[in-house]
Amino acid sequence: MSLEKQDVLKIAHLARLSLDDNDAEQYQNSLTSILDLVEQMQSVDTNGVEPLSNPLEAKQRLRDDVVTEGNRRNAFLANAPQTEAGLFLVPQVIE
Amino acid sequence: MNWEVVIGLEIHAQLSTNSKLFSGAATSFGAEPNTNTTLVDLGMPGALPVFNKEALRMAVMFGHAVNAEIGMTSIFARKNYFYPDLPKGYQTSQMDDPIVGKGHLDITLDDGTMKRVGITRAHLEEDAGKSLHEDFHGMTGIDLNRSSTPLLEIVSEPDIRSAKEAVAYVKMIHSIVTYLGICDGNMAEGNMRCDVNISLRPNGQEAYGTRTEIKNVNSFRFIERAIYTEIERQADILEDGGKITQETRLYDPDKDETRSMRSKEEANDYRYFPCPDLLPIELTQEYVDQIAANLPELPKQKADRFMSEYKLSEYDAGVLSATRAMADYFEETANVAGNAKLAANWVMGELSKYLNSESKDISESPVSAGHLGGLLVRIEDNTINGKTAKSVLQAMWDGEGSADDIIEAKGLKQVTDTGAIEAVIQSVIDANPAQVEQFRASDEDKQKKMIGFFMGQVMKASQGKANPGMVTPILNKLLKG
Repeated sequence: MSLEKQDVLKIAHLARLSLDDNDAEQYQNSLTSILDLVEQMQSVDTNGVEPLSNPLEAKQRLRDDVVTEGNRRNAFLANAPQTEAGLFLVPQVIE
Repeated sequence: MNWEVVIGLEIHAQLSTNSKLFSGAATSFGAEPNTNTTLVDLGMPGALPVFNKEALRMAVMFGHAVNAEIGMTSIFARKNYFYPDLPKGYQTSQMDDPIVGKGHLDITLDDGTMKRVGITRAHLEEDAGKSLHEDFHGMTGIDLNRSSTPLLEIVSEPDIRSAKEAVAYVKMIHSIVTYLGICDGNMAEGNMRCDVNISLRPNGQEAYGTRTEIKNVNSFRFIERAIYTEIERQADILEDGGKITQETRLYDPDKDETRSMRSKEEANDYRYFPCPDLLPIELTQEYVDQIAANLPELPKQKADRFMSEYKLSEYDAGVLSATRAMADYFEETANVAGNAKLAANWVMGELSKYLNSESKDISESPVSAGHLGGLLVRIEDNTINGKTAKSVLQAMWDGEGSADDIIEAKGLKQVTDTGAIEAVIQSVIDANPAQVEQFRASDEDKQKKMIGFFMGQVMKASQGKANPGMVTPILNKLLKG
């Protein structure tokens, strides 16, 4: 299966990655080769095999419902390029 | 043309845990921005989620309450989309193996009939943060306090056929989650939010029409109005020969209209896949059974018990069990008063009048159940009559203290001393010789009608404090001379 350039641009847009034409072509090739590998794997007979959601042979550990962390806002905001009134500021997301 | 309305609902109920779904941050509402956050909630690289035990228990409780299959193995999945208030770039949710599978719920319609609504599934997921768009020099402010707060998304089958049914269903879900104590159910605070899927099809047609989804409707009244508005909009389009676009819409209560939110189809390309940071959740039958055995009383069971234990009518039991706050209030009032029927009448009558006039929920009543019960005790033991009790309730509503304080302070105690009542009656008889003459000259039937006049005079002379039950025999005796 081969990906079209349009597909690559759409995937990039969904992840908010900006690609120039060269990048797009390169990704088109490498993603296609991944899909080729997947296609090869499709030929394996998986009848009767349970889908595996995690390769670790373990189950989820649970946490008690207790508040264990306090307010570290100042430390967190210190990493952000722009803040105001305790908020992270980002470029406007609605018109 | 006659259209059949098809509605399915997705309800997001915020689970009332102390800490978040995947981190040890607090979930308290109204905290200063970004003070309830951790590295996990901020989506910092390498920060790993650890699942909250209590959220799991609450989800299983809900599953039992709607007679659902419990997912003995359930899996978290990543729902990928880009938005600044979702710093990880995905929402941890569930897709193929939710914690709660197929179930159902019975709702009571206006005409008293029951209708069964199917529950498709209910799954656990984390909430996103909040974007604040106002006045940050053209930028958007991000508050991540809500990030990773646990939600239970409850998805119904498209079994609902009208706005009224939709509201009855949402009220029932609200009632169940608040009875279970797993959600505060405060819709104004966004504790419970509702997405409504609506489509129309010609009467008799099997296939569903194209649907639209109205996002985040946050009150029972708005759900009803949003549905009416959207039905009308879709019917207009279809009757003009047009086509419905499948899209997400927002309801604007001020203009009473729905508006398109986003129509790009790629917006729905969420690329779900199992979350590699979280392992499958495996439940044991023993764990599931133990939760079932400890389930609190649910609305329907409560109503049945009110009918058998307190001899309430089906209607009264239904009203008084509608919310847990209402049921608890009634029961405490009844226990203090020692008379359930009297308590039912006052809670549904006088108290509800006050609550409605100020649009207050019973949980916000300035008169506590204990205080109302205390007032009813004074009716029961003849300290005051019903009429005086209403004025005492007014004073209690205005914050003047308990019934006993008010009765004492205003001197409202009913007169039950035979001598004192006789004296008042004698004064009324003395003051109205002509009427007494007429009374004595009349036959018994006529006398029965005339006694009301004297009764009124006695109550007036005693400022409403004479006990009517005691006045009647004495009045009869003295009048007949």
